[in-house]
Amino acid sequence: MNEAVIVCDRLGVTLGGMKVLDGLSMTVYKGDFLAVLGPNGGGKTTLLRVILGLEQPSSGTVTVFGARPGHAPGRIGYVPQRLFFDRDFPISVEEVVLMGRLPRRRLIQRYGRIDRDRAHEAIETVGLARLKHKRIGTLSGGELQRALIARALAGEPELLLLDEPTASVDPDMKTTVYDLLDRLKERHTIVLVTHDTGTVGHSVSRVACLNCTLDMHGPASSLGTASLERVYGHPVEVVLHEHERHDSKPDDLHA
Amino acid sequence: MPDFLHFEFMRNALVAALLSSIACGIIGSYVVVRRIGSISGGIAHTAFGGIGLGYYLGVNPLFGVIPFSLIAAIGIGLLTRKAKVAEDTAIGAFWATGMAVGVILIGLTPGYAPNLFSYLFGNILTVPVSDLRLILLLDILIGGLVWLFSKEFLAVSFDEEFARVSGLRTVLLDLLMLSLIALTVVIMVRVVGIVMVIALLTMPAAVARMFSRTLHGMMALAVLLSVLFNFAGLWLSWVFDVASGATVILVAAMVFLASGAATALAGRRRH
Repeated sequence: MNEAVIVCDRLGVTLGGMKVLDGLSMTVYKGDFLAVLGPNGGGKTTLLRVILGLEQPSSGTVTVFGARPGHAPGRIGYVPQRLFFDRDFPISVEEVVLMGRLPRRRLIQRYGRIDRDRAHEAIETVGLARLKHKRIGTLSGGELQRALIARALAGEPELLLLDEPTASVDPDMKTTVYDLLDRLKERHTIVLVTHDTGTVGHSVSRVACLNCTLDMHGPASSLGTASLERVYGHPVEVVLHEHERHDSKPDDLHA
Repeated sequence: MPDFLHFEFMRNALVAALLSSIACGIIGSYVVVRRIGSISGGIAHTAFGGIGLGYYLGVNPLFGVIPFSLIAAIGIGLLTRKAKVAEDTAIGAFWATGMAVGVILIGLTPGYAPNLFSYLFGNILTVPVSDLRLILLLDILIGGLVWLFSKEFLAVSFDEEFARVSGLRTVLLDLLMLSLIALTVVIMVRVVGIVMVIALLTMPAAVARMFSRTLHGMMALAVLLSVLFNFAGLWLSWVFDVASGATVILVAAMVFLASGAATALAGRRRH
């Protein structure tokens, strides 16, 4: 059996009185490329934030690399959905990527040769070498996304967490981002969350559906698997279905 | 040597302008990129309580400003980050409380409070040498801490969440940065006074940002601009015989508005 990287056991998260996640159980194994699908507001980002230790579970447990979340910063590379940042911030692409080395350096310890080398390698990997001295605010959506992936890679993580990596990217650039992930999956365990079912592509090894409107209460989840296969055009494994909505929508789909 | 340099107070004023510009440009850059100008204004106004304390105890008011501005910085920081109080509420509470304490303490102090006006609106022409030493000391402290924590400060300024995920203690780093703002306020009270600190803290850095690609470059340019604004304001106030602190602010404001207008025009031409 492969090594378990993330284990969620009956995880529940309540934010501001709202149940965002409820009874979520899943295991991510080393070498997985897991796509977590679901509509906006379905709790996908919250799931990532819990894994990162930014939000606390209100019930159930999460372990990451066998410890509580937030205790292995150097082993995780995080690519946020859209960097909430000031486009006028005076910082170059290279400096942003170098920040990925933070977990590898102690407080007040300065970045060294090895940090710069790793940052440059990461910039090469995502194909931004030409733009490394540019101000981050001048990049296009696709370039910015690749810069954020480079920042995550610079820390030499084992696990990559990506939140909607193609949300603010032009359609033809989406392929570039997924081609990049396809190359990265050889060496990294990847979990990505997206509402964009059309772009997950062929590279993912497992698909989970969070708060989806398909009714998966039935004993076998063959319907879901079949329909997902229709969506993706290749066999997929349904590993998780989580339900919050018990309204009429699922039944409509059955009809 | 220009004639106004014959006076010792003028030479002291120029040294004060130089020294205060160092802290102002460095810390002002963080204030601008993190958009925490209003917190800085809150810290500065709370410091009025410290000036009142100085008068009441009969000591140099700057020694009262140091604890008051530090308490404001850490208090506002903790209230907003730990107690989840809205930031503008916390700022307003400290701002008014600090001023109230100052008013009461000055009222309790027997006799007239000399130079009160200069702490409110600055008077760089009356900076004694002992204050210059204090300003130099604070400059070294601020510069040294920024140098030590430059990678951490850059990370929390640019992307606080990523810094936290990377294992940084972001709340502590925030409190440290706010404390450095508090110490910068102490320095600037002498130059432009409590009421106008926020303007000189933000305008040189805001102009510098338009022409900078890195935070360090922005800091260096902001220091330079601050020196220029100070010298120009000082000279103009000498020529026209008007208040020095206010003149410095007006010079800074004119350059700030002009560069903002130039940027807006250039942007319009591009589109």
